[in-house]
Amino acid sequence: MAEKDELGRLGEERAAVFLVAAGYRVVARNWRCDQGEIDLIVERDGEVAFVEVKTRSGTRFGHPFEAITVQKLARLRRLAAAWCDQAMTRPARIRIDAVSVIARPGADPEIEHRAGVF
Amino acid sequence: MALARTHAVALLGLTGALVEVEADISGQLPGIVLIGLPDAALSEATWRVRTAAQNSGCPLTRNKLTINLSPAALPKHGSGFDLAIALACLAADEVVSAASVGSVVHIGELALDGRLRPTSGMLPAVLAASRLGHTTVMVPAGNAAEASLVPGMRVVGVASLRDAAIWHGSRLEPVDVEVIEAPGEDGADTAEPELADVIGNDDAILALQIAAAGGHHLFMVGPPGAGKTMLAARLPGLLPDLDPEASLEVSSMRSLSGRGVGRALVTRPPLEAPHHTATAAAMVGGGSGRIRPGAAARASHGVLFLDEAPEFASAVLDALRQPLESGEISIHRANAVARFPARFQLVLAANPCPCGQYGAADLECSCPPSARRRYLARLSGPLLDRIDIQLRVQRITAAQLRLAADGPRLTSQAARQRVVTARAAAAERLADTPWSLNSEVPGPWLRGGPARLPGATTAVLDRALERGGITMRGYDRVLRVAWTVADLGGVARPGPEHLGQALYLRKGMSS
Repeated sequence: MAEKDELGRLGEERAAVFLVAAGYRVVARNWRCDQGEIDLIVERDGEVAFVEVKTRSGTRFGHPFEAITVQKLARLRRLAAAWCDQAMTRPARIRIDAVSVIARPGADPEIEHRAGVF
Repeated sequence: MALARTHAVALLGLTGALVEVEADISGQLPGIVLIGLPDAALSEATWRVRTAAQNSGCPLTRNKLTINLSPAALPKHGSGFDLAIALACLAADEVVSAASVGSVVHIGELALDGRLRPTSGMLPAVLAASRLGHTTVMVPAGNAAEASLVPGMRVVGVASLRDAAIWHGSRLEPVDVEVIEAPGEDGADTAEPELADVIGNDDAILALQIAAAGGHHLFMVGPPGAGKTMLAARLPGLLPDLDPEASLEVSSMRSLSGRGVGRALVTRPPLEAPHHTATAAAMVGGGSGRIRPGAAARASHGVLFLDEAPEFASAVLDALRQPLESGEISIHRANAVARFPARFQLVLAANPCPCGQYGAADLECSCPPSARRRYLARLSGPLLDRIDIQLRVQRITAAQLRLAADGPRLTSQAARQRVVTARAAAAERLADTPWSLNSEVPGPWLRGGPARLPGATTAVLDRALERGGITMRGYDRVLRVAWTVADLGGVARPGPEHLGQALYLRKGMSS
């Protein structure tokens, strides 16, 4: 596994822990369909959030949030619709969230969660 | 989350409107949205601001920034809003003091390294801020001298966004950067040509002084090489220094057209000599997005010289009729009206015919009469009607050249002194009226009331009118010029000889 994939995997792990601590229930991780992958799907109070997790080992090339482009969000929105189609019970409300993880080597990762970004 | 506001200035023509720049931070992915009718250069401000802030050591928030330029319906142009946008964003993020930023007007363009670039139109923008009741303005250091020309304004010149943030209470360490200077002063102090260089042509030199003293428009006809251009270039040198208000207006116009103003206001009247291929937009001003002043507006309080006047497109010449009448140019667009001052003195020069030799003593004219007639007829009647002095200029002869070498010649300095004295005399006489120059006085005031001249004095003029040599409008114009001739001669009221001279200056051409 390439180093960057490992970092991404670690970031998603940390993000999930962070969201669970914030009172969310993890519905799915790395949910895939033919259109792509959703990093994290969580739920709280009947609202389902599709989460894009972006992990970087520093901010030299910009903050992780800056790497979440409009195209990426649009794809996430299509994926969310695809997930809703195959879900057993349609969620009452959905939204798209972003989580940034800055995992500097040898330091605790900094995690930031932004709700309803699209 | 957070909101901050500051002020900038949007220019439309020479008039400025205060623009409130509001920045709001919301919990979204990073991005800047700029709303409020920005043009292309202004829309790109978001990129300049983000990068400049990053490179100045005070990066913008990682949230979404919404920037509103209010009044939202007013179109805004150019890059002068960068500084205001950047500081509003930083204030919303509480990097700098919102109260401090809110009380200052900011004008300036950002470079990507965070330094501030001078912008054109600084003087009128600061002037507008001052008229709209603001007392403190922050400008690029390269523009600070120009901005300080506005009286009663506290000017803060900053070299970079970092300096600006520090001034507004940010706890950054100052870093010395090289100041970006405004473009060269473009010969603001170039010497005016000297009247003493003109040889012979005494009539024309006198006519120049009369034109300068009374503010009369002037039309010179003569063969090529007679010295028309040379004479016209010397007219601004005869005009008195600009008064403070005119000086501010002329300097503002320079600033607006992107030429440097330098460290002092322009005090000498400008000369504009557009080429005869000029379009109407080049002459009076225009442009699709930002409305820019034309040659006539830049010549305000100075001289607009049109060499080879019949070669100008007639639409271009006739576009000058409105400013000649009202002293103002207004350019209308669907969404705005820009106004420029245009109180210029018009000097036209023309050859008498297409080949240029008609009436010359030395060479034969080869033009058919119809071509000759058509040539000068390109200058429309209504335009010529507004010109008080019409003069024929001749080539000088070898004898004149030899003669002139010995005799004393009038210098610009001496001629200007005469003009200043004559203008003072006219201003004193017209003290109770709304006018100050003879060329502004309407005919009825000259023919009736205290300025009425006795019949014996005007006899020569009355006879010309009876014979049909001049029209009633021409009659008034001759009277006006006669008063200027008298003022120049230091006489209280014009006598028959002054009227005779004025009549010659009006009719010298058609004889």
